[in-house]
Amino acid sequence: MSSMTASRSRFDTAAILAGLVIVCVGLSLATMAFAGDRYVFNTPNLGIPFGFLAILGVRYSLGFAHNRAGDIALGVVCAVSGWFLIRAAHQFAGDAAFGFWALVCALWFSFWLFVDRLAAWRLSDPSAARVVNLLIPLLFGATLLLLWELIVTGAGVPKVLLPAPSEIWVRLVGSVPTLWADFQQTFVKAVLIGYAVGCGSAFITAILVDRSPFLRRGLLPIGNFVSALPIIGVAPIMVMWFGFDWPSKAAVVIIMTFFPMLVNTVSGLAASDAMQRDLMRTYASSYWQTLFKLRLPMAMPFIFNALKINSTLALIGAIVAEFFGTPIVGMGFRISTEVGRMNVDMVWAEIAVAALAGSLFYGLVAMIERAVTFWHPSMRR
Amino acid sequence: MTRTVVEAKKLSLTFQTNDGPVHALSNIDLTINQGDFVSFIGPSGCGKTTLLRVIADLEQPTDGSITVNDVSPHEARLNRSYGYVFQAAALYPWRTIAKNVALPLEIMGLSREEQEARISRNLELVNLGGFEKKYPWQLSGGMQQRASIARALAVEPDLLLMDEPFGALDEIVRDHLNEQLLQLWAKTNKTVVFVTHSIPEAVFLSTKIVVLCPRPGRIYDVIESNLPRDRSLDVRETPEFLKIAHRVREGLKAGHSYED
Repeated sequence: MSSMTASRSRFDTAAILAGLVIVCVGLSLATMAFAGDRYVFNTPNLGIPFGFLAILGVRYSLGFAHNRAGDIALGVVCAVSGWFLIRAAHQFAGDAAFGFWALVCALWFSFWLFVDRLAAWRLSDPSAARVVNLLIPLLFGATLLLLWELIVTGAGVPKVLLPAPSEIWVRLVGSVPTLWADFQQTFVKAVLIGYAVGCGSAFITAILVDRSPFLRRGLLPIGNFVSALPIIGVAPIMVMWFGFDWPSKAAVVIIMTFFPMLVNTVSGLAASDAMQRDLMRTYASSYWQTLFKLRLPMAMPFIFNALKINSTLALIGAIVAEFFGTPIVGMGFRISTEVGRMNVDMVWAEIAVAALAGSLFYGLVAMIERAVTFWHPSMRR
Repeated sequence: MTRTVVEAKKLSLTFQTNDGPVHALSNIDLTINQGDFVSFIGPSGCGKTTLLRVIADLEQPTDGSITVNDVSPHEARLNRSYGYVFQAAALYPWRTIAKNVALPLEIMGLSREEQEARISRNLELVNLGGFEKKYPWQLSGGMQQRASIARALAVEPDLLLMDEPFGALDEIVRDHLNEQLLQLWAKTNKTVVFVTHSIPEAVFLSTKIVVLCPRPGRIYDVIESNLPRDRSLDVRETPEFLKIAHRVREGLKAGHSYED
């Protein structure tokens, strides 16, 4: 019932998408699907998704089964069609012609339609609503991966330029021990240690800077200067100073994370207004009491901004620093050597691991932020 | 013989600004006794808030002398001998109402039981019982200001300094809070110094009204109110009330030169 409200916008998105699906399916019937006189009807792997998508498009443009069961059936049809299209693409890799691309477009519109329908679901159960909210971006990502697979395989893009997601996945699953060792070397040692030391020391420095005008005048410009140093120039020097192993990478991460944390904490400590400070004065509050009860809580939104910025900066810093000399392990080392050996799928596997680790790290910091600064207007619910 | 709480003699305060010195206060002589409800009234820029801040040791006078509870304002502040209510509630958004009231008590280092007792007692006093676990942003402006009064009262000072505490509230809420404040004052026999720019508010609340005028900030008139200490909002219709209000208005008019 509530899902009926989906199409009450100015444009009936669902009807438009269903129409586009029908058009694309019709086009695929009229043109050659793969080079070598292969049409939809003499290719079983294309016939099945063609039939499914055609029924789906007609059903939605007729306005039939606009309910949750119908939406779930739509999702299943999309998944099955996608599976057969991938099989067809692999069967005739690199031979795709207009008919195949028309079916890919039909599939894309169907997925769009599915996500659009799903986004309009109004669920009363909050945990179910949360699952659906999580499902939508995941489905979106899955659709992108599916299109990537179909286009790269269908068009026969050389592996060196862009490997298909399936190839990256095979490589990733096949080299778990290597990837795990690289992850430990780069993320667990260089990134986490560098991040903790960089942010921690910047935090303490910020409190000292805040306390003493001399340090404020002296240290802040130096911090600014250091942060302006190009990491490409600093990294080899750090390698010379601290050796090939992870400490030199951690040093680069410290340099990268120090300044954002310092500047944000210093401005956060100044964020309390005059009335709040006067209030503490009327209580004859000591410096430390004012710091812990007023100024640090007030600075938390600023501090977490820096922690979030630094969570991604740290990973970039550690990976780039490994380009300038490492033991034979580490994500940056692997990327630079495998590119040289044209093993682009391994590079992509490392990128996938880095992206996943970076996102999780960021997400964790953001979650802590939500718990600590729940009171801030941007977080209130 | 009543005890003198605040005594100022030839008090002056000059701010040095880029446009030259600003005489915020000039030659202030003032005595406030135990149990008084004193209002400072005057146009903006007359130094009424500055005078209150001098009593609270938030500003330092440049000339003259002032004592609070027979000691310097600085010592009085360190003794936590006054509670200060600001123009805005200035509650900390990360603390619940109860925790906000607990803030000065934590700083004073009171025991947990004593804190609990004072929190519930003072929240009851301002009619905020049951709102302990709410956060400030979940309360209306009037309730927030009442919570900030409870926070000032929790220090249990004999002297309450209030800087236009109801200035940002609408008239209905303001009337209501004025009545509550008066009851509170009658119940506790505290000394209250109250800054306002509303004539009815000043006359309704005060036993003594100090009219200030600007450039330089100085006392123009001191009016001792002969209204009964125990008064309700109806007192505002009586001839005595109107007489005092008239005198305040005349004072404000005469002290304020409109030429500049």
